[in-house]
Amino acid sequence: MSADRFHTIVTTVENKPGVLARVAGLFSRRGFNIESLAVAPTDDDKFSRITFTVDVESAPLEQVVKQLNKLINVVEIRELAPSDAVSRELMLITVSADAGHRKELMEIIEDWRAFVLADNSDQIMLSFSARTARLDEFEECLRPFGIAEIQRTGRVALPSLD
Amino acid sequence: MSDNQQISGGEALVKSLEHEGVDVIFGYPGGAILPVYDPIIDSSIRHILVRHEQGAGHMAEGYAHATGEPGVAMVTSGPGATNIVTPLADAFLDSVPMVCITGQVPYAAIGTDAFQECDTTGITMAVTKHNFLVTEAQDIPRIIHEAFHIATTGRPGPVLVDIPKDIVDPTNARSAMNWYTATDADMELPGYHPVAEGDRELIRQAAEMIRDAERPVLYVGGGILKARAADALRELAEMVQIPVVTTLMARGAFPDSHELNLGMPGMHGNYSAVTSMQKSDLLISLGARFDDRVTGKLDGFAPDAKIIHVDIDPAELDKVRRANVGIQGDCRLVIEGIITAMRELGGTEVQADRSVWRSTVSGWQEKFPLTYEQSAPGEKLKPQYVIEQLRDGNPSDTIVASGVGQHQMYTSQWWEFDHPYTWINSGGLGTMGFSIPAAIGAKAGMPDRRVWAVDGDGCFQMTAQELVTASVENIPIKVALLNNSYLGMVRQWQEMFYEERYSEVYLQERVPDYIKWAEAMGCAAIRVEAPEEVSPAIEKANEINDRPVVVEFVTDARENVFPMVPSGATNSELVVDPTQQHLLEGEQ
Ligand SMILES: Cc1ncc(C[n+]2csc(CCOP(=O)(O)OP(=O)(O)O)c2C)c(N)n1
Ligand SMILES: [Mg+2]
Repeated sequence: MSADRFHTIVTTVENKPGVLARVAGLFSRRGFNIESLAVAPTDDDKFSRITFTVDVESAPLEQVVKQLNKLINVVEIRELAPSDAVSRELMLITVSADAGHRKELMEIIEDWRAFVLADNSDQIMLSFSARTARLDEFEECLRPFGIAEIQRTGRVALPSLD
Repeated sequence: MSDNQQISGGEALVKSLEHEGVDVIFGYPGGAILPVYDPIIDSSIRHILVRHEQGAGHMAEGYAHATGEPGVAMVTSGPGATNIVTPLADAFLDSVPMVCITGQVPYAAIGTDAFQECDTTGITMAVTKHNFLVTEAQDIPRIIHEAFHIATTGRPGPVLVDIPKDIVDPTNARSAMNWYTATDADMELPGYHPVAEGDRELIRQAAEMIRDAERPVLYVGGGILKARAADALRELAEMVQIPVVTTLMARGAFPDSHELNLGMPGMHGNYSAVTSMQKSDLLISLGARFDDRVTGKLDGFAPDAKIIHVDIDPAELDKVRRANVGIQGDCRLVIEGIITAMRELGGTEVQADRSVWRSTVSGWQEKFPLTYEQSAPGEKLKPQYVIEQLRDGNPSDTIVASGVGQHQMYTSQWWEFDHPYTWINSGGLGTMGFSIPAAIGAKAGMPDRRVWAVDGDGCFQMTAQELVTASVENIPIKVALLNNSYLGMVRQWQEMFYEERYSEVYLQERVPDYIKWAEAMGCAAIRVEAPEEVSPAIEKANEINDRPVVVEFVTDARENVFPMVPSGATNSELVVDPTQQHLLEGEQ
């Protein structure tokens, strides 16, 4: 899976009911695969931001953008190729942490600079934010300990500063 | 009405429609839309009561096709709304400007599975250019103005406005609003900016490609009609002397009688139209979208052609076939730009020599004209013969609306379309039952013009009840019913591709009795079975103007539409009429 397959599209949309359904419906009926999707308010309450990652092998990026542009409630679209963007994703993860493996686990947490959000004798809850690929790697590192629960946000991105 | 006067949302809705210049609404009342039907009584707008909401939608489409003005339909919530989904999808695929008002349950009841509630905006999201759920009475004038703006600008299309009952019901406090006349300044559409003007540098590049092409073809689609660009197209075609093909959606955009017109391309296109595109070195696509019914198998479509693609919708550029020059813009403005650029480049004197191409194309035209065999004595009528008689028995500005099937292809092929906006059909969705309501809508918009619907027996049985509407509302359309007792187009596919195994395509010849049925609906009715009766029956039908007329032509079920590109084949594998098949040797 080459990293370049996934492009980030950042859209500014009108903050109206049903807008997310319009975007999601467009993707499904045109056969575009969404890899991840993040929705959040912006500093102007008239608008929201929908950021998604699309698999450009599922559809030409150009068509995705042009079709999105036809949605009346989509106000602005920015495409960010992996090379031009700084992107991050957030993960919350609860791992088993019994006494036997606790020391080893704490070392990994320190190495990866994850944050401990909660801790009881059996489990530790962590937050970790990084590029999507790093999240995948971190998840693999933790897997042997036993992952009880995991939630990821989908990536968000901004253009790089040159 | 003066601004700031307090009225109800229902009155505001009707006032807003009047303000948009609406003169006809095709509609059907019901619980949720009831409050709007009260102010309709006092309105200057004519309301035409249909017999099924699908009819209202297709009438609005027919009206829009014929007049160029947006068609308006109004129906109730739930089943009223779901019944109009087909026309919305039809208008969406054929880019027909239309505004559909639907009633909705009261705002507070939305989401509770209330009586006749359905998620109308959710259901129609995929088949409208845009839709609105109005939540406040105060927004009605603005949203109606936005709806008409969106429906008619850029690439036209259907827009639906869903209106909860409480905000139009004068007995409900939520319906009180201060009237204002909405203008463009009131619109809140930050994400909608259609572009009409084409890029000048791209236009210059296109002009250079046209100058240098040796085997060019103008590939003209429905966008020419939407842009009202027929005159500009003719000026360009005559200036550069390039042959023109007009797609099913563009019949009439360029006169069939013009020597440069090769007719319709595509699955049932003329040999010379299909083949000239196949062999061309430059396709100048104007308001067309490389539909699969035109391109055949895409890999083998016009393999040597460079592409100039002009479309108001940028998403059409490079969607199907990559363009060498893709220009986003209004077809009329871009064609005018190309004409100017051609002149600046030195006019037609500097064009490539196309004498070989011209003679090749006219060779095809002579060798492979459209053809059919006349019926032998005692045989049933040939459908092509009926269309030829209709064509010859009517003035050239007659408006023709067709259903979907063999009769549609025969009409497109054999009628001579010499004027824009005389051909109305369902191209993209291929909706059986389109013709009768579309013809009624066209006649309502153009009462002084003669309007014929050409229908199949299968199609007729889907929407014939709208002839009751036509009788009662005094909209005297004429219907040519080509009764071959079959779902003919499906029968043709079963004959050609399923070893003549006919499955569920026989409809019966005498049941229903179309004459009795037509008469019961208030129409005059004539049955024609012999060739010599065809022309007199058409003449008689044309003399009856106090009610609709149905002429049933009993036609030969064995007849098939040729030429034909079998589905999945490339356009080079075009099958011509059996009598011409032997001429193909050496051509392909
Ligand atoms: C609503 C709808 N259902 C099914 C079809 C598939 N279909 C296309 S043409 C056709 C037959 C049309 O029969 P008729 O109206 O008798 O026309 P003919 O082909 O015989 O001229 C059918 C069933 C369709 N286009 N539309
Ligand atoms: Mg039939």
